[in-house]
Amino acid sequence: MSTPASQFKEPLESVRARVADDLRAVVAAESVLSDIESLRPYECDGLSAYRKLPLVVVLPDRIEQVQEVARYCFKNDIPIVARGAGTGLSGGALPIENGVILSLAKFNRVLKIDAQNRTAVVQPGVRNLAISEAVAHLDLYYAPDPSSQIACTIGGNVAENAGGLHCLKYGLTVHNILKLKIVTVDGDLVTIGSDALDSPGYDLLSILTGSEGLLGIIVEVTVKLLPKPECARVIMASFDDIEKAGNAVGNIIAAGIIPGGLEMMDNAAIRATEDFVHAGYDVEAAAILLCELDGIPDEVEDDIESVKVVLAQSGYTQMQIAENEAQRQLFWSGRKAAFPAVGRISPDYYCIDGTIPRRALGSVLNKITELSKEYGLRVVNVFHAGDGNLHPLILYDGNVEGDLEKTELLAARILQLCIEVGGTITGEHGVGMEKIDQMCVQFDSLELTQFHAVKEAFDEKRLLNPDKAVPTLHRCAEFGAMHVHKGQLKFPEIERF
Amino acid sequence: MSSDSAQDLIAAVKRACDRKVALCLQGGNTKDFYGREPCGEPISILSHSGIVDYAPTELVITARGGTRLTEIESVVAEHKQMLAFEPPSFGSEATLGGTIASGLSGPRRPYVGAARDFTLGIRMINGRGEDLKFGGKVMKNVAGYDVSRLLVGSMGTLGVLLEISLKVLPVPKVEQTLMFELEQDQALALQNDWARKPSPISATSYREGVLHIRLSGSEKGVKAARARLGGEKIDHGRKHWHDIKEQRHKFFSQSGPLWRISVPPTAPTLNIPGSALLEWSGALRWLITDTPAQKIRAEVDKLGGHAVLFRGGDRENAFHPLATAVHKLHENLKKAFDPMGVLNPGRMYEGI
Repeated sequence: MSTPASQFKEPLESVRARVADDLRAVVAAESVLSDIESLRPYECDGLSAYRKLPLVVVLPDRIEQVQEVARYCFKNDIPIVARGAGTGLSGGALPIENGVILSLAKFNRVLKIDAQNRTAVVQPGVRNLAISEAVAHLDLYYAPDPSSQIACTIGGNVAENAGGLHCLKYGLTVHNILKLKIVTVDGDLVTIGSDALDSPGYDLLSILTGSEGLLGIIVEVTVKLLPKPECARVIMASFDDIEKAGNAVGNIIAAGIIPGGLEMMDNAAIRATEDFVHAGYDVEAAAILLCELDGIPDEVEDDIESVKVVLAQSGYTQMQIAENEAQRQLFWSGRKAAFPAVGRISPDYYCIDGTIPRRALGSVLNKITELSKEYGLRVVNVFHAGDGNLHPLILYDGNVEGDLEKTELLAARILQLCIEVGGTITGEHGVGMEKIDQMCVQFDSLELTQFHAVKEAFDEKRLLNPDKAVPTLHRCAEFGAMHVHKGQLKFPEIERF
Repeated sequence: MSSDSAQDLIAAVKRACDRKVALCLQGGNTKDFYGREPCGEPISILSHSGIVDYAPTELVITARGGTRLTEIESVVAEHKQMLAFEPPSFGSEATLGGTIASGLSGPRRPYVGAARDFTLGIRMINGRGEDLKFGGKVMKNVAGYDVSRLLVGSMGTLGVLLEISLKVLPVPKVEQTLMFELEQDQALALQNDWARKPSPISATSYREGVLHIRLSGSEKGVKAARARLGGEKIDHGRKHWHDIKEQRHKFFSQSGPLWRISVPPTAPTLNIPGSALLEWSGALRWLITDTPAQKIRAEVDKLGGHAVLFRGGDRENAFHPLATAVHKLHENLKKAFDPMGVLNPGRMYEGI
């Protein structure tokens, strides 16, 4: 299963010139980039450790142009990598050497706001936060809030099924969209979903959401809008033991409360962020929990009382309730600045995105501590505790020979650990290029083959973001993730040496 | 025993492939009225039953496809939790597999989510008789395509559901049902006004001049909402919502084909003669009418919705026809999961 477009016999530079010329007949000349300097900004996404120059970059500004570009590429067997803001953390928008980057940056308009139906129709290049800003005057908002929401675009959010801080209560992207318009690999414009709450036939909206650009090019999104909670209050609690903090999370949920946000930081994360933003965190704590309750004021008042009782029973060492909005923001400021704070104490860091059943938190964190010692690399843990999404940050120095390789090995061990406890290698960042080998551990050959069959149902020639997200069986065999599963070797059909 | 029952089902699907025989997947047979006429050799999932894992603090339950819905509901209720999408069972024999395969959701759906929204992972047999797992038992999981949710509502045409992991939610501490008397247009407008503000509304129904709404939440929250919304408190709220969900409300006993019409909540009163009951703040409209399918669908298309012939009438075109390109994707996906066409062929659309 090689990439179909590895077919060029002529030198890459002449192919580049020819494809650029051809595409200039489809879109405005200045909307096709082909000189190396102009291609450079597109050589990576948010995962900058992986870089490759694309053949050309094309920036259409009308759906018909996207269709024309798709038809041209389909006819000529040229791969297409769709790209939004390029903030993704898994290399999903990493260019392919002989493929086109199709940037949707010019599709940046909010097309329609329907306050009464609580929906907005937006182009894929609209930034996540811009949607909420556009409807703020109506006291509505778009719920998923990935940490990159100031920059990331809704098209990319759909492609990755982006999450954020409030998923336990408000869901992921898949729960917050109604309808998509996609351009298929051969240039058809197809509507998926509808303006109603459900649609006839298979749930294609689900299969498209999180498909990482492998099934179609998203050119329009209808999102659901929610009424802004009238009130939000946050409680911060310290624990002298990380397992106690983990249990407190379970106890809150067992008490019948679904917080709007529920975040945990370990001591390393507390210290790094406190030094950075001075949020007043308890730097002696083994872990702190931030629990936000939102909704109508009377409801929130009831929940605050219940959570106070639960936290006391769970054995906190300190507890504080934000007295006002300023203090609430201050409490959150450290958590929200965790990544840059870690950036201050280490030249580089590598973010992991595994999700685990919460009950495994204590054992997983202990094991991560052991692995951290084994590899001689510091690990800082921040955790979307409400939904089990763990973000260990491995600190390393890219200028030290072998440090990145060692980091990748440690990351792979942590992801395997997540799978072993019944979790997943990625909760919200996507597989992309970064975690493609770990897919061989999470899924067996039959499951991967089924994924490829799904891909072929949409894209038989395998031109849309090929060789990302789902590894070939050949790649898995090479990766050597041949752990024994159900009493059998994982890829029995492949020869081994 | 349980692993044997899975192996039995796998073997049965493989045999059907070899013999090129269609299978008719059966759970409790409570929804065999729904969709196109079932056909093929019956294969029962009932022996593959039981709860595999339930961790209340994780908000996740995993059960085998043949498990009775009532068993799951009573187990989670012991921990004051619930299947928040309130699936209709249409009989005590209903199974989890059938519930997810039909993908139906009840009164709470617009406010908390549908069956697909609560589905976290599945173990399934595809049409080649392969034993596959997708998704998982965690809230967030973006590894691989979301096959679990694709299977929800696929009417058994893509796979046999061996195991399903669902997110559950806490049962609200307090629920209260209120009643208002008003005209349908007023009721629609009012419900949409309410929906624009935070409120603990968790169900609505409208029938012949009477709007019922259910409030769910904490004691103070429900009390405050009631003070704001007005209306008259009724005592038989639980029964009312149960009867609507299970179609035991007297509306459903009228004769004639029953249509399930899904539209944007702000769609006006439908210009189709017949008897109507509205749910989901106006987004779901049940209609008993002899109006021809084509006419109903033309009207509903204009509103951006779709119409399913739910009970009675000519089942041949029970589901709303798909746009050509979307239909083609359905054919391709069917081939990707069930190339021999052995799983419930034609239950949803002809040839699928």
